[in-house]
Amino acid sequence: MPEIERRITQAEAIREALAQAMEEDERVIVIGEGVPDPKGIFGTTTGLQQRFGKARVFDSPLSENGITGICVGAAISGMRPVMVHQRIDFALLAMDQIVNNAAKWHYMFAGQVKVPLVIRVIIGRGWGPGPQHAQSLQALFAHIPGLKVVMPTSGYDAKGMLLAAIRDDNPVIFIEHRWLQDIADHVPEAPYIVPLDQALICRPGQHVTLAAFSYMTVEARLAAEALAEHGIEVEVVDARSVRPLDMSTIVESVRRTGTLIVADTAWKTGGIAGEVIAGVAETAFSALKRPPLRICLPDIPAPTSPHLTRGYYPDALYLARAIAAHLGRSIPDAELADRLFRTTPHDVPQREFRGPF
Amino acid sequence: MTTFSLFRSMLRIRRIEEAIAERYGAQEMRCPVHLSIGQEAVAVGVCAALQPQDGVFGGHRAHAHYLAKGGDLTAMLAEIYGLENGCCRGVGGSMHIIDLAAGFLGAVPIVGATIPLAVGAAWAAKLRNEDKVIVVFFGDGTFEEGVVHESINFAVLHRLPVLFVCENNLYACYTRLSERQPDRPIHAIAAAHGCRIFTAEGDDVEAVHAASRMAVADLRAGGAPVFLECSTYRWREHCGPNQDDHLGYRPSGELAKWESTCPVSRLASTLSSSPEGARLVAAAEAEIAGEIASAFAAALASPVPQPADLPGYLYA
Repeated sequence: MPEIERRITQAEAIREALAQAMEEDERVIVIGEGVPDPKGIFGTTTGLQQRFGKARVFDSPLSENGITGICVGAAISGMRPVMVHQRIDFALLAMDQIVNNAAKWHYMFAGQVKVPLVIRVIIGRGWGPGPQHAQSLQALFAHIPGLKVVMPTSGYDAKGMLLAAIRDDNPVIFIEHRWLQDIADHVPEAPYIVPLDQALICRPGQHVTLAAFSYMTVEARLAAEALAEHGIEVEVVDARSVRPLDMSTIVESVRRTGTLIVADTAWKTGGIAGEVIAGVAETAFSALKRPPLRICLPDIPAPTSPHLTRGYYPDALYLARAIAAHLGRSIPDAELADRLFRTTPHDVPQREFRGPF
Repeated sequence: MTTFSLFRSMLRIRRIEEAIAERYGAQEMRCPVHLSIGQEAVAVGVCAALQPQDGVFGGHRAHAHYLAKGGDLTAMLAEIYGLENGCCRGVGGSMHIIDLAAGFLGAVPIVGATIPLAVGAAWAAKLRNEDKVIVVFFGDGTFEEGVVHESINFAVLHRLPVLFVCENNLYACYTRLSERQPDRPIHAIAAAHGCRIFTAEGDDVEAVHAASRMAVADLRAGGAPVFLECSTYRWREHCGPNQDDHLGYRPSGELAKWESTCPVSRLASTLSSSPEGARLVAAAEAEIAGEIASAFAAALASPVPQPADLPGYLYA
């Protein structure tokens, strides 16, 4: 009997993963500003304290660096803490403990001590979070040896990768996108693992490799569907992990398509999109038929007003136009716009995308 | 712990640090060293109040803490020499030392970095109902770091078994305390955070030990976190084997005043007032000299570490 397909939102999938991790291992504890409060980190921690008790599910003082260090101290003492920041921007206050201690404790003591720590951080866009509540800082963390950094897109992957991250003996920066949390997906109830180091080809195609990170995978898939109607077959690769980057999946794809475009949620300069392109250029330069292309945010912080964010975030229409232009294909713009122009406001999640992934 | 045992432990640390200083000029210890000379009584007085299962964290100047908790001498020396048998196989050097078997849980040079780790270790001990006290040593400069206050706040909130030991040696590198903090006791801030407070003259090992025993007993009984402030003084330069008083950053005569109350020689004089005591002190000197010579020889016999091993240390 095939399992009846169960569809839950990514927020519910994350909550289920946390609950299952706590059930299977009493060393797992969850802490963060707002974890037990009525909003429960966008619904990802709701009810956990009632179920597992105040000894394992904590609210946190507003002390990001201190609490991160305290979680490192608990992790090296045999616990498996999961901490959460409602916005990745607040994790910047903890960079000392993340970079100097969490990432290095195993290395600098020559492997004697493990740091099984998961730091959930949430990124987002739209509805005015502005310069300090919407940054995509994956490259900052991915630069640090000793950290693992992942950015699941689907609810299925969010659950499987969170369970993998909690079972992992290393510090994992687990980056969630606010616009993905309300998207429903097929998520099996029983616990399962999705590896922390493998990209996923989520739509095969022969003309261009479109490597996408996190929410940009959603826009990439919409763009790919529209372009397919015009004979352009886009291979969409959901990178899923940032450190380690699964370069072999991307390189193999580029060997088939000859063209690489990278869509990231972050700024262009010093970003992970450039890292993907560098990796392909180093190992498969001759496979490239044309220059690679980065589709990222402009190199300025996010503004707040909807009048100012218009055009700041590349969407499916932007991607489709850019891909067609890069391939030298002329598609009547009205046809792309007719398919992809958003009828809903640009500063709320794509209603056009409902999953499944 | 007898007075003689406290003395012997201090003397051993003093002689080890002096031996490191003597050999440092040979350019074979190719890492910064921050010597504990002058501050031995704090490390010894506190650690003598601990049980083997208790844990200790330190900072950049941690040789005394490591040794007082029972850390392996040969492994520390080999680490300072950057050799394979070092306690971090050469990855860490003097500023990153660890001996898990002895309960020395780690020292790193980012100021204040181990304070939340100590609180986290105490939190884990409480969550697991372990009979364990965690101690973290730090200096007066560390108290200026925000993470210290974040950590103490959490420790008091959750009533964790942690002993904060502030070694107030008046200087952060070359900058005097009065240039960095207003004129009020450091421990008064910790008291305002809700810690139980002890203070001790840091050149009086018995006073430090007595305060530590009370503090540790309190913590084992489930008492609030304790903050112990000890006045003390760094005799040598901030970093390195030499004297640096000629640089003029400390008032003339200040070092001489602290040297006159040397925790090691004062106790040696007291103990030597009887012929039996004098014999014990002399015997301790001889034993320690032999141990140090053997430990240096054993450390230097270590193989060299291999760069090819480094990637294997990165991830568990």
